[in-house]
Amino acid sequence: MSILIDKNTRLLVQGITGREGSFHTRQCVAYGTNVVAGVTPGKGGQTLDDIPVFNTIHETVESTGANASLIFVPSPFAADAIMESAAAGIPLTICITEGIPIKDMLKVVPFLKRHNVRLIGPNCPGVISPGRCKAGIMPGHIHKEGSIGVISRSGTLTYEVVHQLTQSGLGQSTCIGIGGDPIIGSSFVDILKLFDKDPETRGVVLIGEIGGSDEEAAAEYIKDHFNKPVLGFVAGLTAPPGKRMGHAGAIISGAGGTAGEKIAAMREAGIHMVERLGELGRAARDLFGEIIS
Amino acid sequence: MKIHEYQAKEIFSQFSIPVPRGSVVRDAEEARKIADQIGGEQWVVKAQIHAGGRGKGGGVRVADTPEAVAEIAKEMLGMTLVTPQTGPQGKRVTKVLVEEGVSVKQEFYVGAAVDRANQCPVMIASSEGGMGIEALAASHPDRIVREWIDVGLGLPAFQARNLVFGMGINPGLMRAGTGIFTQLYRLFDSFDCTLVEINPLVVTEDNQLLALDAKIEFDDNALFRHKEFLELKDTDAQDPLEVEASQHRLNYIRLEGDVGIMVNGAGLAMATMDLIKQAGARPANFLDVGGGATTEMVTKGFEIILQDKNVRGILINIFGGILRCDVLAKGVVEAAKKVAIKVPVVVRLDGTNVEEGRDILAQSGLDFMVAASMADAAEKVRGLEVS
Repeated sequence: MSILIDKNTRLLVQGITGREGSFHTRQCVAYGTNVVAGVTPGKGGQTLDDIPVFNTIHETVESTGANASLIFVPSPFAADAIMESAAAGIPLTICITEGIPIKDMLKVVPFLKRHNVRLIGPNCPGVISPGRCKAGIMPGHIHKEGSIGVISRSGTLTYEVVHQLTQSGLGQSTCIGIGGDPIIGSSFVDILKLFDKDPETRGVVLIGEIGGSDEEAAAEYIKDHFNKPVLGFVAGLTAPPGKRMGHAGAIISGAGGTAGEKIAAMREAGIHMVERLGELGRAARDLFGEIIS
Repeated sequence: MKIHEYQAKEIFSQFSIPVPRGSVVRDAEEARKIADQIGGEQWVVKAQIHAGGRGKGGGVRVADTPEAVAEIAKEMLGMTLVTPQTGPQGKRVTKVLVEEGVSVKQEFYVGAAVDRANQCPVMIASSEGGMGIEALAASHPDRIVREWIDVGLGLPAFQARNLVFGMGINPGLMRAGTGIFTQLYRLFDSFDCTLVEINPLVVTEDNQLLALDAKIEFDDNALFRHKEFLELKDTDAQDPLEVEASQHRLNYIRLEGDVGIMVNGAGLAMATMDLIKQAGARPANFLDVGGGATTEMVTKGFEIILQDKNVRGILINIFGGILRCDVLAKGVVEAAKKVAIKVPVVVRLDGTNVEEGRDILAQSGLDFMVAASMADAAEKVRGLEVS
């Protein structure tokens, strides 16, 4: 098993005819993902390779039975794309788009709740269940099928972590980038709840960064409700306050949000913290090695 | 994007939020003229920089004559103001705001912001105006009133009243108070703000409400629908290297250390800064070249890092995903040929096409130190012995 996506995922890609959309759709297909359709309003009837393109998600779902959506729509139109997916009842939407206005996301979040659907992202690398399904922009080949869940707020830092896990012989059940924006669809806790119920996931690596309080919330949840071992890392120990470190959400503002506070909270919750990123693979082997073999 | 107090006050006026009479000036003589025009017996001269805590650094001063206004303006203009929020290097003052003096009876804090954890806007009010709201939230959370906003509804009148009475305003000022909150939220919502703050909002001796200070931050991602605000951006207030980088779509932030970094991805860039610190050195910058970096962008990134005279070594850390290592390596080699690099460069490549990338570096004839992993990169940075 895995969480969110697997062999049964029937993926549709919103913005499939764009440069990013078409490139990554082909990468996903090459990895073995079942991409059943694409949506670009006004380009219905076209195809990308053999994948049919539709005008609306409603007709896509009716024709193809798509059950997950991956979004590459440009930022001014991305919130609308997320809502279209939600309104059509697609249970899982993954939004890669970076730079969506905060106000748009503040409107999207209650809309998603009303439709009872899940969003991953935006501004994220997507989701991969190694060996089964890739719905995102991560390089597939660095992953390996296995039983460690990975959750992170960033992209390339996640690849670095996954690479070290794979090199250490630790495969992954599912890897999720939840996104680097201040307002995102799914929090660390939302994903931890899914890993908790997944018997295949035997341990979790949680990668945080400065800004917000999602890591602290995760620490609290893990302390009281999560029984699988967790390895943690937080980026941004040297980040100065008031400067936005690339991600819109990665900013230390006023009280709270520093890496030091997050590390302390996570350690207090019993999470094994890695301080030096170069040592993560070895620390993972020490922590998970026994459970897995 | 941050704007200056005087710009924020102009926007407040458009939204009928009362502010003191005043004008922004760039020289002392102009300051005297403005003081004359305003009239009265007291004036305030306020340095216009993108940082709070100005009063503590001598950036807010009171004058009793138009001549004193000119004198103070002369002293402030061109000075480097250091406040608790500017960092030790301070910020240079190029503009001052001259305003009428106001007799204050009572001070409040009023603001609108985005509550990340609750995923909605929040309006905040407190009877403790003037001081830092973060410090107050930590020491006296009970003295802060918060109202969470349903974005579909906006700010209903009852929530505005909760804020007004919650911060302990004289009931006679209820109507004026709720009016300010209503307008504040309208401003916050219609201009895609991430923060609007009045600190302090005051009650004057003649029982008027007045916004003595004004702070507005716009959501950078929403500026495409408010192009009129782009011209409010004060590039004087920014580090020139940061301005240059942003023109080339490079995400660069100058820091105070001596090891320059170039990384793809913000999270990995932060982790790379941490690695440098742990290796006993200090990062000179944050630089995320992004997933779609071109040879030109990598070259520009190099140039910007090298313009920082403090840089005594460089670490390039790339995890190839979509950006392939061979493409990056070609870019690095080309950049190194164009730009005379006189400091040691450590290159760590991994991920897609890593072998091809390392071959390109090895065959370039250039003197790179190639690191095999993050741990190895840390060792090699330690070996630079820059600090």
